[in-house]
Amino acid sequence: MASEAHGAEEGGLVFHPMDQFIIKPLFGGDTISWYTPTNATLWMALAVVAVIAMMVIGTRSRAIVPSRSQSIGELAYGFVYKMVEDVAGKDAVKFFPYIMTLFMFIVFANFLGLIPMSFTPTSHFAVTVVLAMLVFLTVTIVGFVKNGAAFLGLFWVSSAPLALRPILAIIEVISYFVRPVSHSIRLAGNVMAGHAVIKVFAGFAAIAVVSPVSVVAITAMYGLEVLVSFIQAYVFTILTCVYLKDALHPSH
Amino acid sequence: MATETHAAEAASAPGMPQLDFSNWGNQIFWLVLTLLAIYFVLSRIALPRIAAVLAERQGTITNDIAAAEELKAKAVEAEEAYNKALADARAEAQRIVAEAKAEIQAELDTATDKADAEIAAKAAESEKAIAEIRAGALEGIKDVANATAVELVAALGGAAEDADVTEAVDARMKG
Amino acid sequence: MEGQLAHIGAGLAAIGSGAAAIGVGNVAGNYLAGALRNPSAAASQTATLFIGIAFAEALGIFSFLVALLLMFAV
Repeated sequence: MASEAHGAEEGGLVFHPMDQFIIKPLFGGDTISWYTPTNATLWMALAVVAVIAMMVIGTRSRAIVPSRSQSIGELAYGFVYKMVEDVAGKDAVKFFPYIMTLFMFIVFANFLGLIPMSFTPTSHFAVTVVLAMLVFLTVTIVGFVKNGAAFLGLFWVSSAPLALRPILAIIEVISYFVRPVSHSIRLAGNVMAGHAVIKVFAGFAAIAVVSPVSVVAITAMYGLEVLVSFIQAYVFTILTCVYLKDALHPSH
Repeated sequence: MATETHAAEAASAPGMPQLDFSNWGNQIFWLVLTLLAIYFVLSRIALPRIAAVLAERQGTITNDIAAAEELKAKAVEAEEAYNKALADARAEAQRIVAEAKAEIQAELDTATDKADAEIAAKAAESEKAIAEIRAGALEGIKDVANATAVELVAALGGAAEDADVTEAVDARMKG
Repeated sequence: MEGQLAHIGAGLAAIGSGAAAIGVGNVAGNYLAGALRNPSAAASQTATLFIGIAFAEALGIFSFLVALLLMFAV
């Protein structure tokens, strides 16, 4: 990259697609200790503010006939509630606030990250790995607390022929432990890929002839990114529900 | 290896900022804080509020539907009552008509009977009068016949007893 | 030299993105075919559709990630 970029810079093209993900201290300085407020902190805080604005301030009137802001909050509530109920089952409703938290955080972090010059917390593996590990640990602990050793039946496919079962068990165990990896990398990878691609297209805009194409491409990618932002939040949430269903009803 | 490119912005950042593990602690700290904040805001304030609003709306809708059903039932009842009243009125009217008809019929019958009786009485009277007249006429005829017979007998030169002539005439007339 | 080999590797890894695109198209196309045959059952399967797309796309993202790692981190 270094040598390539240097070569390109001489030719007028500069690609720094990953620079937008650099974490910087918010109030100057170079060192980042564990408590330093950074740009990541700022955009996470803005996500919290957005959640409060939508779910608390928007619904403050508690009207029977909802206002616009209130119906958006109710829509989000109903959307996630129905998802939890349909996918994970009625007894998973007590996890609804937890799942709603994940959904609201991811969706607002993603959407706020689409603002130009902003920072996307969910593009960092540090964030998504924590989210995925939270889900993984919750599901595993709930599974063992609820079902005891019967939870291990999740790996023992009783509908398969007996000879195949040990092999399937190994595959199931591997896929179970790969879950948090794919869960976290899917989210961060999607968000990062979209932002990096937009940045690469923006780099091409330095050439005058190409720049209109570049602008159109950026617009198209931006539209796709809006879609991906929501779909990734949805997918993260629905997979959480699916895993939760496995924990609550492990029978295959 | 990317240090030269990024030298201006981040002195020691590796190629992918995501893999710079030195700031993971920082991010995880703030993330956990963020998630806790969202969780408490949602679970303490927002979600119970929205759940209450939705339940209240559901209740209102259910009540309204129940009220509408009740009103509908009332309307059906009212219609039934109306129909019943209509049928009653019709039956009453028919009864009155039938009664009136029967009354008129009875009056008519009595009038007819009375008229019949009067006619019969008059007819009987007339018959009696006719019979009297006829009887009177027969007596007259008998007298005339007697007289005529006596005269005839006298004219023929016979002498006849009145009683005999009368007897003969009577026999003749009866025959 | 080593860096250039890494770039070749990154390019090869990017093929995986195309393969993932085929996979996602397969999922969406089969969903659409099924939905047109039985539209009444389509709405209940959108969740499955998105899960399928997510799984197919995740593997493409993995290859993208390998490309990025070769480009920037090796």
